[in-house]
Amino acid sequence: MSDFSLTTKKEGEILIIKTDGYLNNVGGEKIAETCYENIDSGTKNILIDLENSKVVNSIGVSILIEIIEKLQEVDGQLGYYNLAPIVEKTFNIMGISKYSKVFSSEAEAIENIK
Amino acid sequence: MNKISPTVELTLPVLPDMEIAAKRTGEVVAKHMGLDEEKTAEMSMAIIEACINAFEHSDSKEQIEIHFVISDDKLVIQVTDQGKGFDKSKVEIPNIDEKLGADYKRGWGLKLIEELMDSVEYESSKSGTTVTMTKNKEDN
Repeated sequence: MSDFSLTTKKEGEILIIKTDGYLNNVGGEKIAETCYENIDSGTKNILIDLENSKVVNSIGVSILIEIIEKLQEVDGQLGYYNLAPIVEKTFNIMGISKYSKVFSSEAEAIENIK
Repeated sequence: MNKISPTVELTLPVLPDMEIAAKRTGEVVAKHMGLDEEKTAEMSMAIIEACINAFEHSDSKEQIEIHFVISDDKLVIQVTDQGKGFDKSKVEIPNIDEKLGADYKRGWGLKLIEELMDSVEYESSKSGTTVTMTKNKEDN
């Protein structure tokens, strides 16, 4: 099941990560590793496309809290789009949508993450 | 004479991602019951968290057992481990404001389970823990 993978692209200064698979501790660590490399290179705004990660667990989501923290240090922002309803609900229960942004589409995310 | 509730039993080894097997079984049961999509997704997420808690917090290499008890108006799910048990009253309710800046970011399982299910009960001793979670078929 842990066949988690991700791809990245840049939209201007924004890093977009598209995930594929179960967002558990393994998936979370892979996202974090990619984010930290880019933050160290000067990226401040990161979007995660979760269209192909419809199953998450709280350990994977907890790692997103670490990324939010790291981005706060550089005055950056983390956002997501294409969330399954249960994933958005999980984000809301854990409160991470208070410190990061949930968007309904890539276009909206790119326009508003800045 | 009392009607016996159909029950699906599942035994899982403590291996990575085995919670997904429980989630999938739960979804089959939910479909059989006609549980709607939103409630099924909530129940699935709660099962994942309950299994992870059983795997991670029980300090046990034993298997965990899951019972899905089907009735007309609700699904009752029992997740049982053979770990060292825990004191629910000593479990801190996590808060994002406190987690930011803290070393330990995890500990969200019980909060999620309680928010996603209609009722949750815990029975814990030194020889194991059973979490009993109920999802009603209809909103009360």
